[in-house]
Amino acid sequence: MPTNNPSRIAEILARHQQAILEDWLLAQLAAFSARHNLISEADLRRQSADFIGIFGTACQAGTLTDIATPAWQPVRDFLASISRSRASQGFSPSETATFVFSLKQPLFAHIRQELAANAESLADEMWTATVLIDKLGLYTTELFQTAREEVIKRQQMEMLELSTPVVKLWDGILAVPLIGTLDSARTQVVMESLLQSIVDTGSNIAIVDITGVPTVDTLIAQNLLKTAAAARLMGAQCIICGIRPQIAQTMVHLGVAFGEVVTRATLADALAFAFREIGCTVSRQAPRN
Amino acid sequence: MNPPRSETLPLRSDEDLVRVRQAVRAWMVEQNFNLVEQTKMVTAASELGRNALVYGGGGSARLESPVDGGHGGIRVTFEDHGPGIADIAQALSNGFSTGGGLGLGLGGAKRLVKDFEIFSEPGQGTRVIITIRK
Amino acid sequence: MERIPILLVGEFLLVSIQVDLHDRLALALQDDLTTEVVKVRAKGVLIDISSLEIVDSFIGRVLGNIAALTAMLGANAVVVGMRPAVAITIVELGLDLSCLRTAINVDQGMAMLRLLLRPVASQGSDESAEK
Repeated sequence: MPTNNPSRIAEILARHQQAILEDWLLAQLAAFSARHNLISEADLRRQSADFIGIFGTACQAGTLTDIATPAWQPVRDFLASISRSRASQGFSPSETATFVFSLKQPLFAHIRQELAANAESLADEMWTATVLIDKLGLYTTELFQTAREEVIKRQQMEMLELSTPVVKLWDGILAVPLIGTLDSARTQVVMESLLQSIVDTGSNIAIVDITGVPTVDTLIAQNLLKTAAAARLMGAQCIICGIRPQIAQTMVHLGVAFGEVVTRATLADALAFAFREIGCTVSRQAPRN
Repeated sequence: MNPPRSETLPLRSDEDLVRVRQAVRAWMVEQNFNLVEQTKMVTAASELGRNALVYGGGGSARLESPVDGGHGGIRVTFEDHGPGIADIAQALSNGFSTGGGLGLGLGGAKRLVKDFEIFSEPGQGTRVIITIRK
Repeated sequence: MERIPILLVGEFLLVSIQVDLHDRLALALQDDLTTEVVKVRAKGVLIDISSLEIVDSFIGRVLGNIAALTAMLGANAVVVGMRPAVAITIVELGLDLSCLRTAINVDQGMAMLRLLLRPVASQGSDESAEK
């Protein structure tokens, strides 16, 4: 089709660039009427003008049927940056795709105007333009999706780190209060960050408080024991506390034995034990009258 | 994406074993495996390499990447032409040793690297393959 | 043959393993340390493994042997500075090193050796004071 008969889209685009841009902007502003809070008109105008320029260059340089070719690299890069920024600005996927799809109407209008006399080539060019813009639109959506997934992944990692704060209770005493369900990925993060903190602070007592852990199964108990064993190898002592009566019952029922690991009912008991271990005494002042 | 590559190292001396450990470490670092993953893989390689050296009378270690046509991952194959193992299940069980060691070599390596395959028959030598995927 | 240097600090021997430990070198260290403990009548041995990137079953066994041998010769051994990744790996490997005395760093290891040297009587009185 358009191969033996070179497409005129590039030429039409170059000649009517300004008019197409204005029409396109109107179409976008209509679509985004409710989203003025997310992006300013000036920004939208700048992005659109930039895109038309890059798009026109790519149309002239490359084939219109394959956007994976090097000539389309600048266009792909531009769309990638748009997708990323829109994903973080809070646009929906369809709103992001609209940026590209809304170019159809003004572009088609000008193609029709130019080729009105030649029905066959009009149909050909319309088809080429549709396919091209659809491809770019889908590419944008795909990128948007990827960008969103990256955001989610990063947030998951951040949550994982946030949910395991290792705090220093006293010189030589660390504590990590665990809250929520302990899966094996999280237990691993806890274990590693606790052991690293032991090295960094030179602490020799680490208190793991499981008051906020709803259930402890055999696997979690094993992981806690492994953490304690690893800490011991490094020269630190692990104390597990916050074992609620139901959890203690479950563990005995499951046949989990904490063996040599020191366990205490509450964080206060664990801290008292830790103070004794490092030779600290806590005393109450005589009440003042 | 990394082009497929492989490297075969001999296992004839203590120094060779150190070189195998260093090669596995370097490949793991290159593929951004975390410190614990690196340490587990290198330790497993050390156990299996020593088995090939001490019980198999020497052999080789072959590193390959990527695995299964994926984007990355590392596979290490240890091969020797020693006496082989008659009862693999027994050899994998904890505390079993014919060489006066602690008997953690095979079973320990298997605990460190979940993806573990072993092929052996009496008189046919032993081949152990450990794989870590990206 | 290359050897790992052993330093005499006061009445203790200090070893810092800074090289990739191959098996023969590990066995040589075991021999040298026991010889040296007897020769200088050391009261304690401190082994710093903070540079060691792995401890496999062989190196673990050598560390255990050193602890047992020095104990037999009337000295205490403390292994210090094990990296978190190494500790996690040893636990997964199933290596039982509960016979080892360990400390976080050289400072705390030295303090531990000094504490172990104190006469039994004073240790006892300390404990009763704490309780």
